[in-house]
Amino acid sequence: MVNTNQQKIKNFLINNGVIIVMFVLVIYTGFTSDNFFTPNNLMNILMNMSSRLVIALGIAGCVITAGCDLSAGRMIGFGGCIAGTLLQRMDYSNKFFPDMQPLNVFLVVLIVMGICAAFGTVTGFFIAFLNVPPFIATLAMMEIIYGICMIYTGATPLGGYVKEYTDVAGGKFIGINFLIWIAIFVAIISWFIFNMTRHGKYMYAIGGNPQAAEVAGVPVKKTLILIYMKAAAMYGLAGFMLGAKAGGASVMLGYGYEMEAIAACTIGGVSVTGGRGKVSSAVIGVAVFELLKVALQYMGVDANAQYIAIGIVIFVAISLDIRKYIAKK
Amino acid sequence: MAEYKLKLEGICKSFPGVKALDNVQLSLRPGTVHALMGENGAGKSTLMKCLFGIYKMDAGEIYLDGEKIKVNNPDEAMKHGIAMVHQELQPVPARSVAENLYLGRFPVKRFGPLQVIDHKTMYEETEKWLKEVKMDFDPKAQLGTLSIGQMQSVEIAKAVSQQAKVVIFDEPTSSLSDNEVEALFRIMDDLRSKGVTMVYISHKMDEIKRIADDITIMRDGTYVGTWPAAEMTTDQIIAKMVGRELTNVYPEKENKPGDVILEVKHLSSIHEKSFQDVSFTLRKGEILGFGGLVGAQRTELMEGIFAIRGIASGEIFMHGKKLKLRHPVDAMNAGIGLITEDRRGNGIFGCLSIKDNVSVSVYNKFLRAGFILDHKRINRVVDDSIQKLSIKTPSMKEHIANLSGGNQQKVIVSRWLASDPDVLIMDEPTRGIDVGAKHEIYEIMNDLAKQGKAIIMISSEMSELLGMSDRVYVMCNGKLTGEIDQTKDMTQANVMAYATQF
Repeated sequence: MVNTNQQKIKNFLINNGVIIVMFVLVIYTGFTSDNFFTPNNLMNILMNMSSRLVIALGIAGCVITAGCDLSAGRMIGFGGCIAGTLLQRMDYSNKFFPDMQPLNVFLVVLIVMGICAAFGTVTGFFIAFLNVPPFIATLAMMEIIYGICMIYTGATPLGGYVKEYTDVAGGKFIGINFLIWIAIFVAIISWFIFNMTRHGKYMYAIGGNPQAAEVAGVPVKKTLILIYMKAAAMYGLAGFMLGAKAGGASVMLGYGYEMEAIAACTIGGVSVTGGRGKVSSAVIGVAVFELLKVALQYMGVDANAQYIAIGIVIFVAISLDIRKYIAKK
Repeated sequence: MAEYKLKLEGICKSFPGVKALDNVQLSLRPGTVHALMGENGAGKSTLMKCLFGIYKMDAGEIYLDGEKIKVNNPDEAMKHGIAMVHQELQPVPARSVAENLYLGRFPVKRFGPLQVIDHKTMYEETEKWLKEVKMDFDPKAQLGTLSIGQMQSVEIAKAVSQQAKVVIFDEPTSSLSDNEVEALFRIMDDLRSKGVTMVYISHKMDEIKRIADDITIMRDGTYVGTWPAAEMTTDQIIAKMVGRELTNVYPEKENKPGDVILEVKHLSSIHEKSFQDVSFTLRKGEILGFGGLVGAQRTELMEGIFAIRGIASGEIFMHGKKLKLRHPVDAMNAGIGLITEDRRGNGIFGCLSIKDNVSVSVYNKFLRAGFILDHKRINRVVDDSIQKLSIKTPSMKEHIANLSGGNQQKVIVSRWLASDPDVLIMDEPTRGIDVGAKHEIYEIMNDLAKQGKAIIMISSEMSELLGMSDRVYVMCNGKLTGEIDQTKDMTQANVMAYATQF
């Protein structure tokens, strides 16, 4: 029995290694610095996590089908910019549409998500019907979106948002910022889609074995298009959220976030080989990532050296993760 | 010189649950072509893989020129001068002929401390070896642009270039045209005259007559005997290959085939070498067997009906109505189910649970409010099938990859039972599963037939084919060559005769 217990402990450590290291790091930082465990700081971390989680949940769908989405970062910038142009104050001197009244915030969310979803559908079409590998298809869309966004905004940064928009980040409900509520809402919807709908189950089936999915009568093409469409809508939403928090946006908004989101997903346990991953994986991955960044800041690690630390964490986390599946074979 | 170039003695090899080779021997006279024959699953390929070091044999000895040798991997086999032309060619189609020929042993030249590939030598040598097998295409040509037959001659050239003294041909002609087969035989004749010893695995009687000097026949993993080819008639060979009594492991059945449910008319594949002009009928409550040898295109035909493969022409009728099938979903909606042959490749979802594997095809039946999955009802159905088919698993949440082959197959059967098709196509339903599970699958099949469902079963196991089927169609090289029912004599020899027609 001792042996099996040891085995169990070993397995537990391998399966949860990253999370354990994270806890140790957070607790250490918390006790060595004075203002880490303050409500204000925690709320700030959660605010940062919220948009990242929305991106990660979007990308998780693509990764579960053994794909990826490189267009996420540019899509976020595009979404942020569209939202920005539609929600500027009338008295702002550099207003993008000088004569247009700012639109309703909810309407803008829908517009942003709708436009992004349309582009995501195009990506999905190329992946599903023309068999373009997701890596390439989303790379192409990344370039296109960046170009469109540059042309649309004329590469000028946006600012002077109406209060209703910045309140999306600053406003609170039961003491918690709206941004965080949005992330919670998106997580719940995603959980529902992943577990309670055919679409979610088909997503896992396609990731697990695309040939078997075809034989089992899974509508593979339709499902793939829906996944990239849904993901793009979520990137748009994330862009909207980031714009609200920053009070401004530019084409560079969200640049490189797709890589961090993919890394976060895999750290949390979404397998890049497909078929595995939960909503909780994305939540854990994003939490690990953001906590790591903050903890490193608090420990006074040089900002550039932080990149190195993050890289090492990805190496270690994924090596451990892969071990899990190899052991199961 | 030893009497035999190569001699295998007392070879035994077991796989989990199966004894694949039991005390098998093979003796090759120098400079001859030795045909190795037997039904599918008789152990021919396994024996050759043991010789070539792909499998590790449990017992037995290999003598080369009278001296005992050990072969632990293909590399060692090649060093002993043994080469193999595989049934499934394994080249790198995107690279040149020369690169394929020299893969893993590129000629190099030194540039100080650097070793670089000597392309000039490689191309020149390749050209020389290609001439050796009477081929004269460009060594720089991309391999993928060649025909299967030409690719095969590259493989043979490779064997020759390695100074192979023994060359194994594992069903080389299964995908060749007549002209290519004749070209292959000329190369073999030439090699024979140069003293190369060859093993030739094939099912095709006319080829054996044409090329072989000696014949060794295997059956069920055992050695039957060796004879000079000239002394054996085709009938004698078939009799020796099948010569076993049917043991009654098949459950009693009382199927009463009813009306025609499925009718296939002149179905042809988009590929010329695949099934052509196939017509057949299937009745309610019938188990219809499809016999034939490997490569007879039975799987392709069924996958064509299920809309996985392209159809060039032909019609499919179900309940007298013409079907338009463009996607497996269409076939399923029409009431057709398919259990594929390659369980791992396109059957199971290895990283998903038993529950997900059973329910993946039937989510549409278990919805609340039109879109929310009703997990309670799904669980009940999955639980039922685990009970009913006695699937051995700790829980329905277990990953299917952790189950044995037989239990995996039962999960796939459960999937189709849940979707309740009128016609269920089962492609090699008992391949790679143990005897107990086999019997259970047979009982499920009979049960379905009794309920009035119609079953098509592809089986390469002769006794299963004859024991389970109410009627048997035999295919050979993409064509339907015969129909045998119980009124006509349903015997192994008859099936074999149809299966080796071309």
